[in-house]
Amino acid sequence: MIVNEQVAIDHGLKKDEYKKICALLKRVPNITELGIFSAMWNEHCSYKSSRLHLKKLPTKGKNVIQGPGENAGVIDIGDDDAIVFKIESHNHPSFIEPYQGAATGVGGIMRDIFTMGARPIANLNSIHFGSPQNKKTKNLLRGVVHGIGGYGNCMGVPTIAGQTSFDESYNGNILVNAMTLGLVKKNKIFYSKAAGLGKPVIYVGSKTGRDGIHGASMASAVFDEKIEEKKPTVQVGDPFTEKLLLEACLELMAGDSIIAIQDMGAAGLTSSSIEMASKGKLGIEIDLSKVPCRESKMTPYEIMLSESQERMLIVLESGKEELAKKIFDKWNLDFAVIGKTTNSKKIELYFDDNKVADIPIDILVENAPMYDRKWKKTKLPKKIKIDKKKFKNLKIINVLNKVLSNPNVCSKEWIWQQYDHTVMGDTIQKPGGDSGVVRIHGTNKAVAASVDSSAIYCWAHPLSGGKQIVCESWRNLISVGAKPIAITNCLNFGSPEKEENMGEFVECVQGLSEASLYLNFPVVSGNVSFYNQTKDVGIKPTPAIGGVGLIKDYKNMITMGLKQIDNILIVVGKTEGHLDQSLFAREILDEKNGPPPEINLFNEKNNGETILKLIDKGLIKAAHDVSIGGIIVALSKMCIKGKKGVTLKNPNYLINQFEYFFGEDQGRYIIEIEKDNFKDVIEIFEKNTVHYDELGTVNKNELIINDKSKVTIDELIKFHTSWLTNYMKK
Amino acid sequence: MNSSVITFPGSNCDRDIHVALTKFGFKNKMVWHNDIEIPKSDLIVLPGGFSYGDYLRCGSIASKSKIMKSVINFAKSGGKVLGICNGFQILVETGLLPGVLLRNKYLEFICKNVFVKIKNKDNTYFKGLEKDTLKLHIAHNEGNYFCSKEQIKEIDANNQVALYYSDKDGKVDESTNPNGSINNIAGIFNKEKNILGMMPHPERMIDTALSGEDGSIFFKNLINNLR
Repeated sequence: MIVNEQVAIDHGLKKDEYKKICALLKRVPNITELGIFSAMWNEHCSYKSSRLHLKKLPTKGKNVIQGPGENAGVIDIGDDDAIVFKIESHNHPSFIEPYQGAATGVGGIMRDIFTMGARPIANLNSIHFGSPQNKKTKNLLRGVVHGIGGYGNCMGVPTIAGQTSFDESYNGNILVNAMTLGLVKKNKIFYSKAAGLGKPVIYVGSKTGRDGIHGASMASAVFDEKIEEKKPTVQVGDPFTEKLLLEACLELMAGDSIIAIQDMGAAGLTSSSIEMASKGKLGIEIDLSKVPCRESKMTPYEIMLSESQERMLIVLESGKEELAKKIFDKWNLDFAVIGKTTNSKKIELYFDDNKVADIPIDILVENAPMYDRKWKKTKLPKKIKIDKKKFKNLKIINVLNKVLSNPNVCSKEWIWQQYDHTVMGDTIQKPGGDSGVVRIHGTNKAVAASVDSSAIYCWAHPLSGGKQIVCESWRNLISVGAKPIAITNCLNFGSPEKEENMGEFVECVQGLSEASLYLNFPVVSGNVSFYNQTKDVGIKPTPAIGGVGLIKDYKNMITMGLKQIDNILIVVGKTEGHLDQSLFAREILDEKNGPPPEINLFNEKNNGETILKLIDKGLIKAAHDVSIGGIIVALSKMCIKGKKGVTLKNPNYLINQFEYFFGEDQGRYIIEIEKDNFKDVIEIFEKNTVHYDELGTVNKNELIINDKSKVTIDELIKFHTSWLTNYMKK
Repeated sequence: MNSSVITFPGSNCDRDIHVALTKFGFKNKMVWHNDIEIPKSDLIVLPGGFSYGDYLRCGSIASKSKIMKSVINFAKSGGKVLGICNGFQILVETGLLPGVLLRNKYLEFICKNVFVKIKNKDNTYFKGLEKDTLKLHIAHNEGNYFCSKEQIKEIDANNQVALYYSDKDGKVDESTNPNGSINNIAGIFNKEKNILGMMPHPERMIDTALSGEDGSIFFKNLINNLR
């Protein structure tokens, strides 16, 4: 095939980019080379629109062992243990083929983790669907959930937490973000930087097929009506092979044979080989006829661009080939020496003794395009003056029913019951809590992890929204008694070529950056997914934050369920009744304008750290952060989890009761304490200038707001649990 | 007491059961599926997981694997064999236990706590247990136990049902059936009661920090009975 400008455009490259390629190469690339450029220079692999802005994120901290730039981030959790973690998107393929798209998303992120030598110990996910009324939503949800479960369950890694939301902006572009945590000893972390000349390059895992060719390019494009034609670009997963690959890799990693290792994810053999060589400032030579292929007559172009799953590329120490082969034979996996490292600083590919590609690596990596795209600032919307008359006809219990059964608030048990969340025997906090918590096997330590996003806030004001998610992640960790350590982010946005969307991206990143810097909660890994857009309409900006924290003694873990009758409940943080962009305003008052709640980073940090102090002193019996739906939703969930009720104090607040109960002011928690400890707790709050309000006391089985407004816990459970199950059964 | 856990390439509860057995006093060895011999054992456990991927009927390839010949011989000579989850599926595929395990009734993987009622305590596995119901954990996609009418008659006649899905008070009915199993069956024995297959995972219930301690009760009782 003759390469020209049109062929390049068909590969998703821009005219200027094609010109740049020809100029850098000083010739026209052949088709294999063009394919390599298109894979390396697409948005998904090159981060060409985002790189400039991602530099702003704080990535360092005293517990950070490895920040962004490797397969995943690594943090120190003491005693030579480290946690490797990352979140990644698989949005485009999951819309086209929900089961395989979601499954391979989970497979891909787990590979990123064990590539670094870590055994995966927990999975999480953040999934977002269109409006429940949209006719595609139900099948997409079912397919994605089955896919996530199908892969994770087979791997034997517990899925411990997640987040699901519905919003019409995802009607044409669902989001599937998968996160994995792995455990590794600090001195056994593996990196992707190749070193040494003439070292054997090994291919292991599944055979290469024609699936997933151009997957990364597809993920860098906007959807249109021809979307069905993209099905062949979706990869097909085989979790059993991945389980074998995991065990085989960990077995090989126990020794000292590996110099560098990289999984074949997006852009397959192309990006893995180039990345290893680039990091080592070396060249790489590969004989493509040695690559194990699943189908006959695959061309060099297809082999280089295939995104077949469950494959790894390894640079071995010379002479270790036999030893390595033995391990992969034991696990019945393909093993082939396909090339070697060189000093040419080029990628040189051979096929049937012909040279089929010859490209200097710096051209592909350092010279990859980087754009300073135009972007538009979002003004802070004016606060809405809500007509108080609107409250007059509302009955609080009816409103509570509507809010608790709202798709974005209701119990997601239908989903997480399909994920094995207890395998490995260390899950001490299951899905449905503020964070999932797993013990570090055989120790008293535990790690907590949570994944959060607030697209509505980000859409209303990206800067505030960006800050808010980091804070919410921080609060979710603190609520289980974990000290927050670091985050990973998955930045899901529309097209960067549109100023509005680019603006949302830039300002969300700015917000993330400010909050994570202030809270000393650095970003150690992440992924950007642009072009979540159908024709002209992009999704609401949806950065998802995966937070990880440490609990030194798992026996001190906190859960949200109410524990003991007569205990006292306290709201920590100030309640001012912010209703704009709250669930109450949007769903009950049908008011969709106004600013999201303000973030006060000082209070956020102070409140959180004070709660941790109380937990350390053993003064907190239950805790839950106040988020979507406000105080009353948070309280209801604590009642439901603990199967106990609450008698609220006659409130002395000045604001309206709907503002008080449904307002979404930030930086708040509800805690349960024993009566005898009340004085001590208050003293600590006052000493640390933390605002608190006494809320009420725990009772047997009723949420009593006042004499006229009460509801039993059984009813609350019904409000909270029935929507999703009924929706899926219909 | 010596135990052996068979590890198939896709087993994923092998470590968990090893931890449990060791915790309650077994000297446990892990045995690879490609091996032929099993170390001297008082108990062999086939763990949960996805033995060979289970793309074909669950457990069917595993039932033909190298090590299973020795497991079958051991079982036929009266040795104690416990199959949990995928291990149960493998045991029915070998024919050591009657029936089959179909896909769950609602076609979904289920991971949750359940109660099971112990039907038959006249055997090594449950003899002397004070409790009549246990709170255990299930995590499976194919746990819907099925067999022919003739077989179920025979199973009942030989008192081969080990466990029924129930509520905490031992009530067995449709409302306590998580997966569509015939008569709520959660576990069965062979005629001689030396082989037990069960879908619930006792090894996930050995710690108050997890979901509970009823698994501990099961294992403590089991090792006592084997002594």
